[in-house]
Amino acid sequence: MDFITLGVQLLNAVQYGAVLFLVASGLTLVFGILGVINLAHGAFYMLGAYLAYWITLMTGSFAVALLGGVLVAFIAGILLETVFVRLLYGRDHLAQVLLSFGLILVIDEIRQLLFGKDVHAVAPPAWLSGSIQLTDNLSYPVYRLAICVFCLIAALVIFFVIARTKIGMIVRAGSENREMARVLGIKFDRVNRYVFAAGIALAALGGILIAPISTVFPGMGDSMLILSFVVVVLGGIGSVAGAAVGALLIGLTDTFGKVFFPSVSSILIYVVMAAVLLWRPSGILGRQDA
Amino acid sequence: MSMPNLRVRLFGIACLAMAIALPFCVSTYYTQFFAKALIMGMLAMSLNLVVGHGGLVSLCHAAFFGLAGYVLALLSPRYDATSMLTTLPIVILCSGAAALLIGALVLRTRGVYFIMVTLAFGEMLFFFFHDTKFAGGSDGISINIRPEIAIAGRQLLDLDKPVTFYFVVLGFLVGVIALLTIVVRSPFGRALAAARDNERRARSLGFPIFRLRLTAFTLSGALAGVAGYLAAAQFGFVAPQMLGWHQSATILVMVLIGGLRSVTGPLVGALVLIGMEEVLKAHLDNWKLVEGLIIIGIVILLPNGVRQIWPMVFGASPQRAAEIKPAAAEARHA
Repeated sequence: MDFITLGVQLLNAVQYGAVLFLVASGLTLVFGILGVINLAHGAFYMLGAYLAYWITLMTGSFAVALLGGVLVAFIAGILLETVFVRLLYGRDHLAQVLLSFGLILVIDEIRQLLFGKDVHAVAPPAWLSGSIQLTDNLSYPVYRLAICVFCLIAALVIFFVIARTKIGMIVRAGSENREMARVLGIKFDRVNRYVFAAGIALAALGGILIAPISTVFPGMGDSMLILSFVVVVLGGIGSVAGAAVGALLIGLTDTFGKVFFPSVSSILIYVVMAAVLLWRPSGILGRQDA
Repeated sequence: MSMPNLRVRLFGIACLAMAIALPFCVSTYYTQFFAKALIMGMLAMSLNLVVGHGGLVSLCHAAFFGLAGYVLALLSPRYDATSMLTTLPIVILCSGAAALLIGALVLRTRGVYFIMVTLAFGEMLFFFFHDTKFAGGSDGISINIRPEIAIAGRQLLDLDKPVTFYFVVLGFLVGVIALLTIVVRSPFGRALAAARDNERRARSLGFPIFRLRLTAFTLSGALAGVAGYLAAAQFGFVAPQMLGWHQSATILVMVLIGGLRSVTGPLVGALVLIGMEEVLKAHLDNWKLVEGLIIIGIVILLPNGVRQIWPMVFGASPQRAAEIKPAAAEARHA
């Protein structure tokens, strides 16, 4: 394999990891702050992709779909937190797992009613639809590069918000020692609501971004959910930096696994996960006492 | 024998009598339907050893169930019946071994990690059967001829008859209930429950927690293998969906509906859920929407399962209330 093909695969791995990071960081934030395990996270990824398809179809603009999809997901997140998720605080994991499983069934049927179960394709925005000629017979789509850049910016924004802003401080305090933060006068009702909505919006954002390079189909949320879980387990629950490390690791493993070991590629990420569990049971950047 | 205990036994005997009389009162369709429901009940009871008694929320139980089905399908020759007496032990061994292997890895983690990791390993098996061609890939694989129960070439029971099959399932079910009751009441079961209620204290008392949990996880996987064998034998068909995590979550719903603290509760949960699905499917196109809402409602309103309905509607006897309240408090602190 020559150098350029390797480079292309590396780009693919980074781009795949970047989208994984967006989705998984939403999952890890929601768990870190709310202490709620949300199985319906993948369903919002799927919903984001369908929204991207539908809004692009209606307005003809992918940019509108991007903004609109994220906004719809954010509002849905606020509503869901208000109606259902707040009932789960302090309940055991089993209740959280099953309530979010119920949500998946409901969301799947709503998707069925609104968009049907057809497989769709979404066109990337015109100015990003070209490709860069690398060699005579090898080119790389601009849109994939744009995803990398977009996700990098999004990651920087997330890190900036968490490390440098007041809301980030509250979020960090909440995941570190919730009781103490509450004693110091932080009202978690509102924080919970916005963090949950932001987590859902990140999942939908991932789905919207992936729509033009993948197909939009009903089962896409499930596979994404499993992958984000693997990412979160690898990186350490509640750690956004861990999610970045885990996502990159999975992106590389999956992409190069398909290139070098095609027959076992679907198992490979789980082998990596098993290895990390043997080495550090609470994830690479997780607190090992937890 | 104390009075409530006697009442429980009489109730159990009455249920068994009803189960035995059932195939003579309903049509073949419902005999098959109840056989299926009892198999799912067996599966839910086996999961509850880990979830209810071990306090570990596992999301890969369907993997052992489906694996058993696949092993049976791969063992079955195309034009001949396999003997249950030889294939069932092999299937149980395979499911148990898979549970031992996965358990040894996942039990290194706690709480929410455990949920995520069990989900991931369950999906690993799903993708293994989904993506590789040797067992039919995403199309699944059929078992053309049902296994037979035969000794030295002489057939003892004809499993092709729905009524006979139903009674075989019922026999296995009674066996599993007896086994689980013995296990839960044994010193092993008590130690497992102690580790669930207060892991730190149980550890300081010297219980080998990892080994206890791994044993429970393995036994639970092996019993799921029995259910998987029977399910595959009944449908004559195995597909990757049998291993998928939606199936695992559905079994967890059955456990929650039936209540976590008893051996037979999940069986009741399975009957309730499957009965509900049957009614919804018959009347609605988008039945999963309603099922999802009902699941959400159950989680919110009935954290201890359907047996809560009785005291909610009719008022609890003091003894019942005393029993239920600590369970609810425990569930919150788990």
